[in-house]
Amino acid sequence: MWKKFSLALLLCLFVPYLGMSNSFLFEIFIQIGIFAVLALGLNVVVGLAGLLDLGFMAFFAVGAYTWAIFSSPQITSIFPSIAPFSGIWFYAFLPLAMLFAIGLGCLVGLPSLRLRGDYLAIVTLGFGEMIRVLANNLDHPLNITNGPQGITPVQQPPVTWIVDWLSIPHALATSLFFYFFILVLIGIIIVINLHLKHSRFGRAWMAIRENELAAQAMGISLARTKLLAFITGASFSGLMGAVYAAKQTFISPESFTLLQSIMILCMVILGGAGSIAGAIVGAIVITLLNIEILPALTEHLSAITHIDFSEYQRLIFGVILVSMMIFRPQGLIARKNHV
Amino acid sequence: MSDVLLTVKNIHKSFGGLIAINALSFQVKKNEIFAIIGPNGAGKTTLFNILTGFITTDNGEIQFENKTLHHEKPDVISRSGIARTFQNIRLFNALTVLDNVIVALDAHSQTFYLSALLHTTAFKKEEKKHREQAMQLLQVVGLEKQADRMAATLSYGDQRHLEIARALGLHPKLLLLDEPAAGANGSEKIALKQLIKDIQQQFALTILLIEHDMPLVMDIADHIIVLDYGTLIAQGTPQQIQNNPRVIEAYLGKSD
Repeated sequence: MWKKFSLALLLCLFVPYLGMSNSFLFEIFIQIGIFAVLALGLNVVVGLAGLLDLGFMAFFAVGAYTWAIFSSPQITSIFPSIAPFSGIWFYAFLPLAMLFAIGLGCLVGLPSLRLRGDYLAIVTLGFGEMIRVLANNLDHPLNITNGPQGITPVQQPPVTWIVDWLSIPHALATSLFFYFFILVLIGIIIVINLHLKHSRFGRAWMAIRENELAAQAMGISLARTKLLAFITGASFSGLMGAVYAAKQTFISPESFTLLQSIMILCMVILGGAGSIAGAIVGAIVITLLNIEILPALTEHLSAITHIDFSEYQRLIFGVILVSMMIFRPQGLIARKNHV
Repeated sequence: MSDVLLTVKNIHKSFGGLIAINALSFQVKKNEIFAIIGPNGAGKTTLFNILTGFITTDNGEIQFENKTLHHEKPDVISRSGIARTFQNIRLFNALTVLDNVIVALDAHSQTFYLSALLHTTAFKKEEKKHREQAMQLLQVVGLEKQADRMAATLSYGDQRHLEIARALGLHPKLLLLDEPAAGANGSEKIALKQLIKDIQQQFALTILLIEHDMPLVMDIADHIIVLDYGTLIAQGTPQQIQNNPRVIEAYLGKSD
């Protein structure tokens, strides 16, 4: 356990060393980190409580828009008397982004969590699309989200202290900051996941997943327990949304599509639903597939066959998913007690 | 009458055109083993589902500890002191045997979400207490050696025992056992009989028992009611039931 942990930590520290010379690599690892947190959040909802949530990106969007609106000139166009918040406020807006996501989670969860399995998936899917469409269209009559053009520039937390400390360029300091910030978040969220899993809340979630009727007979309130799982996941998603907005300095409705929600779900399922290591491995594998391996592979295939393979990236991804589900349905790293 | 734990007054339940429970009334006294017998489809399990809140009655009244139940949800009823086992076993398959029992013990827990997140000392203390209590309950049904196994991997008989241990985890006053002897062989039935008597004594329980195994019922029941087509056709001591001509005709069969 500790051996594995120190190995993982060593690997995590090796990345910035490589990243110093190759900023693209840094970028990939930050992306993986963001998705890892999202996958860990969704793991609570899907893996532990067994609720199929296809609108997970909606909470991410809420978190992202929270920080984006308040830290960009957008806030002045909504409330002319308020000036955009400076970068240092980022830390104060993180809990706020979580709170907004939780509020929205309650709003959606309260009526829809009465539904089971497939029905819940459809409702959350519709809800996710609703948020995206809202973001797309809330540029009139009052311009709140700036519509399809998106919001820019979003403030970043100040990194001058890193620039001064290590005397490195500003761009590199920013990457370094986000890399370690997200690493710390991953650490915190793993601990939260573990703590919840081994508490009455985690047990109640798993009990509901295993047998709803028996869970009720054992004194578990379905509505309350499911809502708690739903908003726990939502709060992770909202938090990461704010981090994402700051990192990108630009967000638009196109960052929060249904495909993104499905990708996170794929990370959880492919990694191994209910397993913490699985969610992280799923995030690594799918992010690498999407932004590195598949483009490189199709480019290579196109070069040797003179057929344009770049159109077939999704197809290959689909084939990988299907074969995974046939040959290893419990996921890459199955949870210990899989039946 | 203070020694009455459960009163069922004139309850009625029909599913579409099928009358499952018809004008049923009875009283269960504290600390007795009260058996419900009758042919398949007589409405026995429906009665359990009504008592535990999974099905609502069309009319009639149910009083538990002198309080009238008003269509409370199953989780509320189970926390108020009525626990059950299921005829078709419903365990939390992918949880360990121990965790299955701890889930029930959790029902009365007041730990806050935040203290679970932070693993406070109060939280850890309660976790430890629950683990110990769960272990004791597993000892009662003889499953302490299987505590760390997954519930799904237990044998059929052990799964039935785990259902009983889990129900005891709710600290019930009234325990509803739905065909606990189903699938058990002769020696297992003898052990089960002893177990039911033991837990009744040890936890000062009142037990409602649905069972088809007549020797077992006649041996341990203090009081028996007989249902047929949702109607109560007889009630009394095992002695009275065995000699009741209506019961023999509907259910027990002639012994010639």
